Amino acid sequence: MAGKTEPLADLSVAYTMEKVAAADWLVAAPVIWCILVGSLLLMLRKHTRIQPLIAIPALGILALMTLGLLGHVIQNGTVTMTMGRWLPPFGISFTVDLLGAFFAATSALVALGAGIYGRSDVDDTGRRYGFYPFLLLIMAGILGAFMTGDIFNLYVWFEVLLISSFGLLVLGSERKQLDGAVKYAFLNLIATTLFLVATGYLYGLFGTLNMADIAVKASELRGTAPLMTLVTLYLLAFAMKAAAFPVNFWLPASYHTPRLVVSALFAGLLTKVGIYALLRILGMLFPFEREELSFLIAITAALTMVLGVIGALAQNDIRRSLGFLVISGIGVMMAGLALGSPAGLSGAIFYAAHSMVVMTALYFAAGIGARLGGSFELTSAGGLYARNAFLAAMTLILFLSVAGLPPFSGLWPKIMLVKASLDIGAWWLAASILVTGFLTTITVGRIWVLAYWRPAPGGDDADTLPISLPAGATVALAGLVAITIAAGVWPEPVMALAQDAARGLIDPSAYVLSVFPVEASQ
Amino acid sequence: MRTVIFRSIAPYLTSLMVLFSIFVLLRGHNEPGGGFIGGLIAASALAIYGIACGVAPVRRAIYFHPMAISAFGLFMSAMAGVLSVFAGVPYMSGLWIYPHLFGVEVALSSVLVFDIGVYLVVVGAIGSIALALEERDRD
Repeated sequence: MAGKTEPLADLSVAYTMEKVAAADWLVAAPVIWCILVGSLLLMLRKHTRIQPLIAIPALGILALMTLGLLGHVIQNGTVTMTMGRWLPPFGISFTVDLLGAFFAATSALVALGAGIYGRSDVDDTGRRYGFYPFLLLIMAGILGAFMTGDIFNLYVWFEVLLISSFGLLVLGSERKQLDGAVKYAFLNLIATTLFLVATGYLYGLFGTLNMADIAVKASELRGTAPLMTLVTLYLLAFAMKAAAFPVNFWLPASYHTPRLVVSALFAGLLTKVGIYALLRILGMLFPFEREELSFLIAITAALTMVLGVIGALAQNDIRRSLGFLVISGIGVMMAGLALGSPAGLSGAIFYAAHSMVVMTALYFAAGIGARLGGSFELTSAGGLYARNAFLAAMTLILFLSVAGLPPFSGLWPKIMLVKASLDIGAWWLAASILVTGFLTTITVGRIWVLAYWRPAPGGDDADTLPISLPAGATVALAGLVAITIAAGVWPEPVMALAQDAARGLIDPSAYVLSVFPVEASQ
Repeated sequence: MRTVIFRSIAPYLTSLMVLFSIFVLLRGHNEPGGGFIGGLIAASALAIYGIACGVAPVRRAIYFHPMAISAFGLFMSAMAGVLSVFAGVPYMSGLWIYPHLFGVEVALSSVLVFDIGVYLVVVGAIGSIALALEERDRD
């Protein structure tokens, strides 16, 4: 830096001189908005009544912003904003392509649902412990991860979401919650450390952290630098974050302990950030190394999905069972990553978006069901259909959707993935996806029969009278169910979006061009 | 720790440290220092005062809850970046004005606003932890 008052001789050497168009602000706006509202809510921590009144409209605005960003990216292609006017790769870029915008919009919708559901699920104590501030700050972390174009910055957003998730996990500080939180925190910190080690190594090799810059330089360094080691480290770190098979044990240990809305949010969003990072770094930056590792990833994927669903089948607690279904879904997404073809990646992207919506909604449904039937335990739950047929219908839709049965959103990505695996002759991968679907049907069918269909165990007539649903929670649930129905009966736009996003991963030239407009055109 | 010597010197020490933390904060733009290290010094000032005179007087003295202070700092830092909207430059760009106050040119910038925000975040967060630990100690 020069002295305080003397201007630099030629600012254009260090600064971008272009004016920022108003629409391009959408790239940074969602994250800034989350931080601003989150800190405002933290200041109003004691005013538990006002908090949801600010947070829910703010989440609505956030959803509109991310949808606007998605529209902007669909129309104008990848958008970049480099912070502080510094030229990339020295400034930190936020680069939003279709993949990032699509995931951001989906997760903002899920967060809006969680905000609305949380109004009835989180009591005054939970609000005083900071449910809404943490919700906004975890969204800042998640959206930042989806939008950043800088690997170290990605690490920072992981930290932001991790710290907020600790806060959400221990909301209320019960003994069981602390037990779950310790396991979650410890194992996630190991994964984050691995991520940091890998990033330090990458910086040593490349001398840059900007993803577009890495994508360009990877092909030059491929012959000389030990990129396989690097990519394997990243694979391990993110697979841990995503809860893939050998390193998934933190998820069932912790996801059933916090408030239900927190479990729902985590199940919907957190593991998908790991999947996003895998897609971005293995899929886009290091496609050759991913190809080398594809067999390993495919085996991991098959084991994750099959063992996940078997775990789900063995559970008595509905929330634990859903936690294992989250893991099983991660396996399906990793199958798409293992395939690496446009069809495979687009299947994984579609499935991730589907899973964000459906897993969150499933937890919501289980929570409402437990409030009506009084239990998460399958042995003691029952009679929910008699109590409220509407809830039972919505849950059935979600069950069919998570099992990948028509006409809901789980069907299409599974078809894409099965077809993509058969295309390259990986029949065993296709078979494991189908077997997983079959076992998932049995799992959810079992929950449906025991908790919904069967009369309440030992109940007299008073226990089976119809009960009306809590309004806010039902709105949140119905909204998410509507999304899965819409994406199921009218999948073409989502499919096209996922395919375009996958194409952007396989050929990152548009991504690079967005960050380095001058150099790439020379 | 509540000896007479410590108790009588703690208020002076604390005010000196807070003053010094502000000095470190302000010189931080071009020289060693800045919001983070300044915030740490201020937080340790609060901790010393808490050890000497008890936590309740500290909480009274800072008036706001430490978490609220740190939230305000976060808000301020984020807003410092938002100023760039009005200049048509990317988020977090440094913007400078040079007003003449009493015949002296004072360089003010959005970077300074950001740094003060960082200072408050650190004072609030570390102060909150320190006070909570000291309170627990006296139970």
